[in-house]
Amino acid sequence: MGRGASKALWAIAGVLIIVYTLFPVAWIVSLSFKKGSDVQNQQFFPTEWSWENYKTVLDSGLFTSALRNSIGISLISTVVSVTLATFAAYAIARLEFSGKKLVLSMALAIAMFPTISLVPPLFDLWRTLGLYDTWIGLIIPYMSFTLPLSIWTLSAFFREIPWEMEQAAQVDGATPWQAFRKVIVPLAAPGVFTAAILTFFFAWNDFVFGISLTASDAARPVPAALAFFTGESFFTEPTAAIAAAAVVVTIPVIVLVLLFQRKIVAGLTSGAVKG
Amino acid sequence: MAAISLKNIVKRYGDGYPAVNDVSLDIADGEFMILVGPSGCGKSTLLRMIVGLEDITSGDLSIGGRRVNELAPRERKLAMVFQNYALYPHLTVYENIAFPLRLAKQPDETVREKVEKVAELLELKEHLHRKPSQLSGGQRQRVAMGRAIVREAEAFLFDEPLSNLDAKLRGQMRTEISRLQRRLGTTTVYVTHDQTEAMTLGDRVAVLRKGVLQQCATPRELYEHPVNLFVAGFIGAPPMNLLPATVTNGKVELPFCTVPIPSGIDPAAAEGKLLVAGLRPGHFEDAAYVDAAKRNRGQTFEATVDVTEWLGNEQYAYVPYESPEEIRAQVDALATELDMEAMRPQLIISLDPASRIKEGRPAQFWVDTSRMHLFNPQTGNNLAGQREPDTQPA
Ligand SMILES: Nc1ncnc2c1ncn2[C@@H]1O[C@H](COP(=O)(O)OP(=O)(O)OP(=O)(O)O)[C@@H](O)[C@H]1O
Ligand SMILES: [Mg+2]
Repeated sequence: MGRGASKALWAIAGVLIIVYTLFPVAWIVSLSFKKGSDVQNQQFFPTEWSWENYKTVLDSGLFTSALRNSIGISLISTVVSVTLATFAAYAIARLEFSGKKLVLSMALAIAMFPTISLVPPLFDLWRTLGLYDTWIGLIIPYMSFTLPLSIWTLSAFFREIPWEMEQAAQVDGATPWQAFRKVIVPLAAPGVFTAAILTFFFAWNDFVFGISLTASDAARPVPAALAFFTGESFFTEPTAAIAAAAVVVTIPVIVLVLLFQRKIVAGLTSGAVKG
Repeated sequence: MAAISLKNIVKRYGDGYPAVNDVSLDIADGEFMILVGPSGCGKSTLLRMIVGLEDITSGDLSIGGRRVNELAPRERKLAMVFQNYALYPHLTVYENIAFPLRLAKQPDETVREKVEKVAELLELKEHLHRKPSQLSGGQRQRVAMGRAIVREAEAFLFDEPLSNLDAKLRGQMRTEISRLQRRLGTTTVYVTHDQTEAMTLGDRVAVLRKGVLQQCATPRELYEHPVNLFVAGFIGAPPMNLLPATVTNGKVELPFCTVPIPSGIDPAAAEGKLLVAGLRPGHFEDAAYVDAAKRNRGQTFEATVDVTEWLGNEQYAYVPYESPEEIRAQVDALATELDMEAMRPQLIISLDPASRIKEGRPAQFWVDTSRMHLFNPQTGNNLAGQREPDTQPA
């Protein structure tokens, strides 16, 4: 087989994968532009492109408050979780303390826990503690599920940074904190970005906690709110509106990925190869 | 600038093995001190204890007369150049050099002035806005030096700064470091396992073996009066010839000739013993090329050359000989310790490059017996004992 042929095969395979993954997205986008009963037009494209569904969604109090909740909760979880993970990972990478292995394997065990199994106990616990239907009530489980992965990613990163970097900084006159902030953190930036984005996605996309630990607008995030959309509309099935809402919540994700694409790629590979 | 004084310094790592054992050393203000020894002998450990990156198990370290055992690295005001430079990859060359100044919160104007002065000195001007990853090895090395000399440090510490460079660049940088140190006059401790660096750079050289200080003296003193077999074998390239020697009737019997016992050694004490004689390749010569003035300091003998190597400005001849098992085992053990190949016993002779001695034929050689050393094969000590150490240079 010639090089040309194998190249063509790769191209075809690539296109197939792209079509396979992007088709549902394209479908949702096209659906979101269908007006009224156009949803049943039995074709891919809308007969008439319309922003109506977006208007409906953004005017609905249910959706905007959910969007606010989602953004707030995801951002706070990300910042707190990544900050904690950075310190924890640094300690794990640099310090010799007893029980280090235990901490790491516990973290991994937590990450492997099926989320759904935690819902009933958390539900009861949160109701007793008054955390039910609050932002904190969601931030805590998001953090506990994202911390392990962040710690693992970041400690791999810190291990790659030679000890001598900090030692040089200390000899140059830095306090340990200055050495960490001015040398180690900038060097670990790709890892921090990776961890931050993974955490943000987890919180942003979560449905299970979002639907079971909230009861009202006070804390309900978008994925959960979408499920309640159905009940709000009396005259038509709100399929198109839900599609529009889905597009709105996907946009931040896409923007984030495009913005940090190069950093993520650097992050995901640079830990793997000794450089 | 300051004097550094080490008193009975010991370092034990977690496993209890003393990496540095009872080392005492006085480094004068402005002195260039070399720490040398084979791999794993504790050079880096000693240096890192001085700079504060490694705790001192016991002993006293003082800098400028002040005990600093417990001080953090930043409080010791020393500058260090690491073996792999440890440049900050996310900062430009300018910011790398400026880093210590920024930490000291110096105003931008002062920082710029100082960095530019250093860049000028080290010929880094065109590279100030590049990142370390875009520089060659020699340039990185100079950036690391720049970062060290940009502030007024009490002393410079170098951990094998040239070992990552190729031979040619190493020679160049060696001269540069030497020039720089003389110019700045800053106390310097320099770790290396390179012979040439050790001999050419330092005012004094401290030889370490398994964490124990063997000898600290000027390069010339080390070369001419090594206190023991280890120092004798370590200093000098090609290495000193270590020959079996038996003392009978006040004369030393070597494999090729019998020579008088050197002055300074008590013939009675050495009588009848099997010793190791140390003779440098340069102490031999083709008998035809010896100055008349020198001739009666030594003695001629006949031997058959196995191989000769002509290098243009020097020439070496190799002469195999038999050695008793006892001495051979000692010499082989020493070679292994010095990271050299244990070889069958052969004499290395440095000849005049004009000499036409033929391989495989007997020839007349001359040896300067007045410069012969005798070592005790068991303890390794030089029978001539330790001479008075040289006075420290001011
Ligand atoms: N962190 C450590 N823990 C335990 N032992 C150590 C540690 N660092 C060094 N050692 C041991 O201490 C001894 C001296 O090490 P050191 O790094 O000072 O040697 P060195 O003379 O600098 O060698 P090289 O020329 O290879 O750099 C070695 O035997 C080494 O195994
Ligand atoms: Mg070393």
